[in-house]
Amino acid sequence: MEGLFYMAAVVAVGATLMMLTRQNAVHALLYLILSLLAVAVIFYLFGAPFAAALEVIVYAGAIMVLFVFVVMLLNLGPRAGGLEAAWLSPTVWLLPAIMAAILAGEIVYILSGPGLRTAPAGEIAPVQVGLALYGPYLIGVELASMLLLGALVGAHHLGREARSKPETKTHDVYSDVAGSDSGGDLVRAGSDRTSGAA
Amino acid sequence: MIGLLVRRNLLFILMSLEVMVNAAGLAFVVAGAGHGQADGQAMFIFILAIAAAEVAVGLALVLLLYHRYRTLDVDVASQLRG
Repeated sequence: MEGLFYMAAVVAVGATLMMLTRQNAVHALLYLILSLLAVAVIFYLFGAPFAAALEVIVYAGAIMVLFVFVVMLLNLGPRAGGLEAAWLSPTVWLLPAIMAAILAGEIVYILSGPGLRTAPAGEIAPVQVGLALYGPYLIGVELASMLLLGALVGAHHLGREARSKPETKTHDVYSDVAGSDSGGDLVRAGSDRTSGAA
Repeated sequence: MIGLLVRRNLLFILMSLEVMVNAAGLAFVVAGAGHGQADGQAMFIFILAIAAAEVAVGLALVLLLYHRYRTLDVDVASQLRG
């Protein structure tokens, strides 16, 4: 059990260090995902299977997919296809593959071998976590939901502004042709909002 | 933390923030396991929600910065509109 922990810890620290020193954003993202998976294994070894599952699903799944989407959006261009070949050279994926293989080996060992019987001493069941969340931490859950709503609205607002930035210039030309002043900008924004709400 | 201080790419700064938030979550879970309490994991779930909110807004800001300046260097955005 201790050996498993140290292996996962070495993978986590190494992957994080590699993430910090990469030049390429995609390589750094892959190392970051690897680091998060290693931390998930550490969570399991410390008797927190629910936290481990959440780490994989939410962190390595949802948040990292967001990062990958943004990197892909920023790399749009004719040279993106040429970069693809350079990204997949063996020197790039060999070390992450070895680290991921270590983690996969640990999971296979835990699930198959004697690891399952010796598994997490002092494990905290998800039931206890749920009882704590909806007992003494109920107000925290409500605050977290409000925070997520605020983040949703904020991200939508920022994204909408970024998308409509080029549009305003073209529309300004049209409004100048039509002879209306800058007040049309406000009117159009208002109509835009109502159409979005409908 | 070093990544936050050294890197000037906004994407890398966000990734370093993720690592820092994750480290805080790791500390909470391990401390909760050490004391045999479920509070550590409850705190980890809150940290998860906060990280998700932070990433959503942060990545929207990344896109905004890139659309405006065509670069991810945070130094180009060092001026306030005063």
